[in-house]
Amino acid sequence: MPCSPVIELEQISKAFETTRALERVDLRVEPGQTTVLIGPSGCGKSTLLRVLVGLIEPDGGTATFEGSAITPRSVHALRRRMGYVIQEGGLFPHLTATENVVLMARELGWPEPKWRSRLGALAELTRLPTDALDRYPVELSGGQRQRVSLMRALMLDPDVLLMDEPLGALDSMIRFELQVELRAIFRRLGKTVLLVTHDLDEAGFFGDVIVLLRKGRIEQRGTLEELVHDPRNEFVRAFVNAQRSALAPLREKSR
Amino acid sequence: MNGITRHSLRALALVLFAQTALAQEPIVTVGSKKFTESVILGELLTQLAASTGAQVEHRSELGGTRILWSALKRGEIDAYPEYTGTISKEILTTGEAATIDEIRDALKARGMVVSEPLGFNNTYILGMKKDLADERGIRTISDLARHPDLRFGFSSEFMDREDGWPGLRRDYDLPQRDIRGMDHDLAYRGLAAGSIDVVDFYSTDAEIEYYGLRALEDDRAHFPRYDSVIVYRDDLEGRAPEVVAAFSALEHAITAADMTAMNAAAKIESVSEARIASEFLERHLGVQSNRRDVGAWERFWVNTAEHLFLVAVSLAGAILVSIPLGVIAARFSRVGQAILGTVGIIQTIPALALLVFMIPLLGIGAAPAIVALFLYSLLPIVRNTYAGLHDIPRPIVESAIALGLSPSRRLRLVELPLAARSILAGIKTSAVINVGTATLGALIGTGGYGQPILTGIRLDDLGLIMQGAVPAAGLALLCQAAFEIAERRFVSKGLRIKAS
Repeated sequence: MPCSPVIELEQISKAFETTRALERVDLRVEPGQTTVLIGPSGCGKSTLLRVLVGLIEPDGGTATFEGSAITPRSVHALRRRMGYVIQEGGLFPHLTATENVVLMARELGWPEPKWRSRLGALAELTRLPTDALDRYPVELSGGQRQRVSLMRALMLDPDVLLMDEPLGALDSMIRFELQVELRAIFRRLGKTVLLVTHDLDEAGFFGDVIVLLRKGRIEQRGTLEELVHDPRNEFVRAFVNAQRSALAPLREKSR
Repeated sequence: MNGITRHSLRALALVLFAQTALAQEPIVTVGSKKFTESVILGELLTQLAASTGAQVEHRSELGGTRILWSALKRGEIDAYPEYTGTISKEILTTGEAATIDEIRDALKARGMVVSEPLGFNNTYILGMKKDLADERGIRTISDLARHPDLRFGFSSEFMDREDGWPGLRRDYDLPQRDIRGMDHDLAYRGLAAGSIDVVDFYSTDAEIEYYGLRALEDDRAHFPRYDSVIVYRDDLEGRAPEVVAAFSALEHAITAADMTAMNAAAKIESVSEARIASEFLERHLGVQSNRRDVGAWERFWVNTAEHLFLVAVSLAGAILVSIPLGVIAARFSRVGQAILGTVGIIQTIPALALLVFMIPLLGIGAAPAIVALFLYSLLPIVRNTYAGLHDIPRPIVESAIALGLSPSRRLRLVELPLAARSILAGIKTSAVINVGTATLGALIGTGGYGQPILTGIRLDDLGLIMQGAVPAAGLALLCQAAFEIAERRFVSKGLRIKAS
């Protein structure tokens, strides 16, 4: 591929006390693509994301973001070019939706008209009702919270969205609705997205590329089709068979 | 209302001036211990000194011998009434200086002057109810050895003094095990109520007659003489010779009967010490003193101002120190354990002991009390700041980090606001404890609501105790209410409303 990767991991390893969370992982994330990390719990998919945001320092290997190495020293500046969304949103409960979204922009000294117009555009993009903007997280529904969380992540117009099970805490109706909206937003913005999920359905729905991990190692990297039809080993086959919902083919067709 | 405002302003000004020492220092400061006779004698000295035109302050009811002696050494007081036996056994401790001349020489070496005896010997006496003494056939202290079941209730100072219980037990081989230490004035009530059988009292106490007590004969001559004297700093002669001269009018002027009568007037007839002293001076020495009785309202406002001063300064200091300590404790876990452990240990020191520990370092009055209250206020605030920060859910902290907030912005914008409720609760706890503990400050001369409580206990005057206890309780409640309001101001609505 001619263009350089947005994120590149080389030989990243990380061990927690007794378990090895990541074992010499190599990964390239191409610009404009949605890459999904999937695998059983404890496979290291969230750890990988946390290494990128600098919440975890790897024991070995190098991680680069748009050509600069992610180190404890550099990560602070790099974070402003990444949007990080987690399950339940991680919204600050003492701030209203608006205050949550614009917190960082205001700290960076954006003038009010500028952040107000950005806020309005994001509310439109994520289809958050305007009256929800003045509410506190505790007063919002689960779906609204994730919309606010996405707005917060997008506020500074980052190059990459890092999403750790963003829909994991929602019930299935809202989850499906948000999946459709999220994918539309990703396509419209053309952002590079790295998304973690444990659900193969969701992985297939979002992912241009799916990366399947087990015990800190990448088992296979490819499209959903490749994983289903051309599993590289027994584990991939078993994971796919166990995970693939009976409804998925129907949904694929209905699109 | 106008009068109240004027009084409160005057009281506040008085306290502020006294505390910051901006006002002209009184030339002479007289101290007295926390029992009635000492307060009356202190009042006599004060009025005598005032009659010479000197500016005099009477810091009354300061506590026991050790507090008075250390205040005298530090120059916080210039003179106070003392007893020869106490000087010999408690202050000089060697017990070698027994005669008044030996005592005088020993104190001279320490920069203190001892006056001639004032005229009466106020010795310790063991006493019990007459009917119980008759029933058991007890006449002397030796007789007590045959009745090991008797319950003893001794004043706290007597329990510790070399000439008190430790020496007495040795000299008389007393077998009793049920010994309780209590306030001297409360011991009489315990005796009257029948919960104790034998108490120590002073030979000039008015209660001996009043309660119908039998004084047990000191048949092995354990107790030395306790001739009443005045002790003052030798530099007083240079600074205020006319005051020293006025003091000498009391030498050989008070008989034991005079003193007992004055004690009775205070404790049984509830006459103020100031009035008792001025009447004595006028009748026996022909000295006219311009004594001024302080009105109840004025006293209340002065007490309130003093109390608020203690609480406000110590609490403000504690808040300024504790919140940063709590933040450090939450951020660095090893240092944190050390911080929490240290402030926890401070909290276990009994309040009274902490106050007294401060005296050698800071003297008497507001300074040691404020430091002690400050130390007491640390734990609740440090612990709640630590807990409030520590309990913030991990995902929220990580979101703040991932958003690119620097550690200091994270603390200011996210962590402290989230911990605000817990921190406020800690401050509230400290404030309420502080208001209560500050009453103990009266023991070391801070004034405040503790003063009427202390005097009330001494004079067995419930009304006076209430004058301190009720406002102190009211102030604690007021603190509670103030913090409810503060919570609305400082804790985000997003944390106060419940999920629907």
